[in-house]
Parts: sequence; structure tokens; C-alpha cells
Amino acid sequence: MGDVPDAAAGRGRGPAGAGRPAVKVLRAGKPTYVVLALFTAGSLFPLVWTAIAASRTNTRLAQTPPPFWFGGNLGRNLSIAWTDAHMGTALLNTLVVAGTVAAGTVVLSTLAGFAFARLRFRGSRGLLALVVSTMLIPPQLSVVPLYMLIAELSWTDRLQAVVLPALVSAFGVFFMRQYLAQALPVELVEAARTDGASSLRIVWHVVFPAARPAMAVLGMLTFVMTWNDFFWPVIALTQNGSPTVQVALTGLGRGYIPDQSVIMAGALLGTLPLLLVFLVFGRQIVGGIMQGAVKG
Amino acid sequence: MSSASSPAAGRDAGGRGQVWRSRRYRWDLRLSPYAFVAPFFLFFAAFGLFPLLYTGWAALHQVELTDPDAMTWVGLRNFTRLWDDAFFWNALRNTLTIGLLSTVPQLLIALGLAHLLNYRLRGSAFFRVAVLTPYATSVAAATLVFVLLFGRDYGMVNWALSAVGFGPVDWQNGTLASQVAVSTIVVWRWTGYNALIYLAAMQAVPGDLYESAALDGASRWQQFRHVTVPSLRPTIFFTCVVSTIGATQLFGEPLLFNGGSGATGGSDHQFQTLGLYLYEQGWVNLHLGRASAIAWAMFLMLLLVAGVARLVRGGPR
Repeated sequence: MGDVPDAAAGRGRGPAGAGRPAVKVLRAGKPTYVVLALFTAGSLFPLVWTAIAASRTNTRLAQTPPPFWFGGNLGRNLSIAWTDAHMGTALLNTLVVAGTVAAGTVVLSTLAGFAFARLRFRGSRGLLALVVSTMLIPPQLSVVPLYMLIAELSWTDRLQAVVLPALVSAFGVFFMRQYLAQALPVELVEAARTDGASSLRIVWHVVFPAARPAMAVLGMLTFVMTWNDFFWPVIALTQNGSPTVQVALTGLGRGYIPDQSVIMAGALLGTLPLLLVFLVFGRQIVGGIMQGAVKG
Repeated sequence: MSSASSPAAGRDAGGRGQVWRSRRYRWDLRLSPYAFVAPFFLFFAAFGLFPLLYTGWAALHQVELTDPDAMTWVGLRNFTRLWDDAFFWNALRNTLTIGLLSTVPQLLIALGLAHLLNYRLRGSAFFRVAVLTPYATSVAAATLVFVLLFGRDYGMVNWALSAVGFGPVDWQNGTLASQVAVSTIVVWRWTGYNALIYLAAMQAVPGDLYESAALDGASRWQQFRHVTVPSLRPTIFFTCVVSTIGATQLFGEPLLFNGGSGATGGSDHQFQTLGLYLYEQGWVNLHLGRASAIAWAMFLMLLLVAGVARLVRGGPR
């Protein structure tokens, strides 16, 4: 590939680069980088500023101009949020909830996805259509009876109230089905059958290994979604019971603690774990979203 | 159903163990698919389908949160009350306005952003992850930050506005201003996500389309308009529907943008959405029956959207 200066090649009007074949992949010029840098700044700024505000005092936040750089109060604010707003407990709860939901969703979705992708059974088409159509049901539509149900079971304020309803993921089933229909050759399943392997053995020794990349992506997406889940946890859990981080943050926002810098410290605590996940697995998460998008 | 030949089903060998084994094999073949999909449907029946149907039943009763077991039949009264309820219509209007204010810019920006990300870039992975980062932030955390940024007296947005000569805006109490502010949170969180979806679709556009367009002398902008956008039409349609569904359910942002005064959506209900109104009726005013009726109203709205979408899609094809 000849290294033509980007901007010039990009601006080429008409069949300017007549000699060589026309550009297949457009190269980015400097303006592209500038605009993208602005977008990046806009995306990251509120997060960075959360940290800045969390490192200041409430008094400083009530002054103009607002602070643009870190102050020395981060430790104090974090420890107040940690103890007074019980962010430590909330983080632990959220870790348990998101971890359980992610693991459960991945296993159940892989089983169902495998059945839909590679096993023949009566009614499979209809059942798959049913799975997909459940994706369109808004959570609001079932929230009242769901609340009555968990009240009946005395699960209000218990973590199973937010774990069990979340284990069902139509998206997960569909995602795994699409992946396995591609990545798991029919011959492999047939061969295992001929060797006399039971379905469970096939799942363990053939399906799970083949599905591992998609399972990882689905697990991360589910973890992020569950960590951030808001509507149902706010209804099912309270700040005084066993809250998730989101429920605890709601308490902060409602003036449970009126100090803005402490509120920002709480927000930082609630966001930091996911940012770390993003830092490590960002590329895979991006890949998973793009993959899901094309199929969806 | 399946008559698949079992491996070495040596019936002739006569061994009982073998007969048993082949029978077990056939059962395994026939039943295990159902066993594999059963967990999904069991959980869905308990936590999805049953509540869904029961909402309709609850909407026809007077049910209070304080004693959910005591249900009194009231027929359609919950619905007729909604019809006469100014707050309901207000919430409906706000949901539509905020929905437009957040969905339209979000998707337009996402389209442009995806176009830029589609260029051959140095550090493209970095940019993709960076623009997706807001997606990792929760509604609660994001809203709390934006409440500060949009503060009337000391917020950064008003400080920046005054620096370029505009007066301070009351982002919490103004009707339009508060709705713009709430929409901004939505736009910030979801634009990158939608951009990635568009990007995935753009990468599926065959390169020779661009080649021939370039040979015909189309500029970049013309290529974008006449090649990219038409190829993306199904994806654009898809994101429109998904974002609209998301917008009808808006809840966390208006709840927390209120700065501590509960589920009213501002002192004058100026940014109370339907989702928030449902919550207020059910869990603040304790009227679960009325909340169910609002849920059904939201569902009807979604059906309407789906119907319109189908019409639109069926039209210019």
C-alpha cells in the first residue's frame, strides 16, 4: 500500500487518484481525529468531573467557577460515603447480584441456545418466536404483580427478589442461538452422538467449549446491565434493607446525605468497578455489542 | 418424533443392558431439548408471563400497597380516572417531548459518529471504547453528576453559558429547560452505544458500492448520503424503534433529577414521565390498581408505536 498523505487522498474530488483503484476503506483525515477527540472528551468528561467533585468539599462545589482540577478531600468523602451511606455493603450486594445473574443467564442461555440452534424438537420454531417476542415486553407492564408476588413470598428487601426475575434473558437465548448456529458444526454434535455421548456430556464437552467466547461476551454484557439495573431494584429493595449500589445512590440523591461532594464520592464508588471492567474487557464488549447488532 | 438410527443399537445381541441403553438414548434424544429450554420458560412463566397477565386483572381492582391481598373489583374505574387525570396527560406529554428531545439528536449524532469511526483510524479501538464508556455508567450515577453540572447557581453549564454571554438557565424549574437537561443525560449515555450499532451495519456495506460511487465522482458527503444511509435503513429503523421503546419507559433520570423531592418530576411535575407517574401512584400514593392501569396505558402506547412503525416500514420500500 502506498502511503499517500491522508488528507489529500480523502479530499480527492472525482476520480482524482485515477491511477490506483478507488479507495475501499476511507482514511481518516486530521479533522476526523479532532472531532473524534471532542466526542471522546464529551464522553469521558462527566466521569472525570465526578472524580474531581468527589475530591473537593461541599463548600467549594457551591462556588463559581466550578473546580476543574482535583482537590485533597477524596479520602474523606469516600470514607463518609463508604460508612454513612453503607456503600461498602451495597457494593458487595451488587457484586453478588450481578455475578449470580451473569453466571446464571450465561448457563441457561447457552443450554437453550444450543437446543434452538442444533437440536430438533417439536415446536422449536414457535418457542423461539415466543422467546424473541418476550424481548418487547416493557418491565413496567409486570412490575405491580411482580411486587405483589415477592411481597407474598416475603422477599422484599432480599437479594433473591432482584436475582431470580433477572435470570431470564430472551436476548441471551437469542444471542447464544445465533452464535452456536455458526460456531458449532453439526458434524461435531453428530460425531459425539455416534460415540454414544449423552446430551449432557455433549453440552459439557462440546457445546460449552465451542460457546466460550460468546459466553464471555454475554456474561460481561449481562454483568454491566445487571450492575446498572435501576427500575426494579429501586422498587424491590430499600436503603435500609439490602440495597444494591443503584438503590443506595438513589438514597444519596434524595438528600439522605446533603453533602454534594460525598454524593459524588458515592457515584464514583458505584461507577469505578464497571470502569475497571471496561478498561480490561472494553474491546470484547464493543465486539459483543456490534455482533449482537448485526444479528438483531 | 425423530427416527434417527441409534448407534449400534444391537437389539439382536439381546443383552438387557443394551436394550435399556438404547431406550435411554432415545429418551435422551427426545426429551433433552425440552429440558434445555425449560429453565427459560419456567422462569419466564413465573416472573414474566404471570405478572404480565395479572397486571390486566389488577388494573380492574382497587388494590393498595399496604394490603395487596385485599382487592376490590372496580371495573374500568381506574381507566376512567386516568382519562380525567390532568397529571396523567401531563406525564404523557412530557414523555413524548423528552422522547423526541432525546431520541432524535441521539440517533443523528450516533450516525455521524459511526461514519467517522468507520474511517481507517489509528487507535480505532480506543475511540470505540471511549465513546461507549457512558454506557457503563448507571442511570443513578450519571443523573447525580448531571444534576450538579446543570445546577442553577454554581453549575458548570450555566457558568460556561455566562462566559459566552448568556444568562443563567434554571435547568431544574423551567419546563423546556428541565426537559432538555433530562434528555441530555439520555443522549450522553446512549449515543456511543447506537454509534456502535450503526458502525456494525456500515461495515457490512459492500466496499464496491463506495468504489463505484467514487468512480462516478461522488464526494464523501454524497457517498454518505447516497450509499451509507440507504444501506443502513433497516438498522436505522431498528434503532428508532428500540430508542422509542426506551424513551416511553424513562424513569431513573427524571426520578433523580428532582434533587430529593420524590417522584413528582419537579415542583410543577414539569418533567414527570409516565414511568415516574406509575411509580408515584403505586409506591408513593400506594394505589397499585391505578399503577396497573398506567402500565396498560403505556403498553397501548407501545402497540401504537409498533403499529405506526409497521406502517412506515411497509410504505416506502
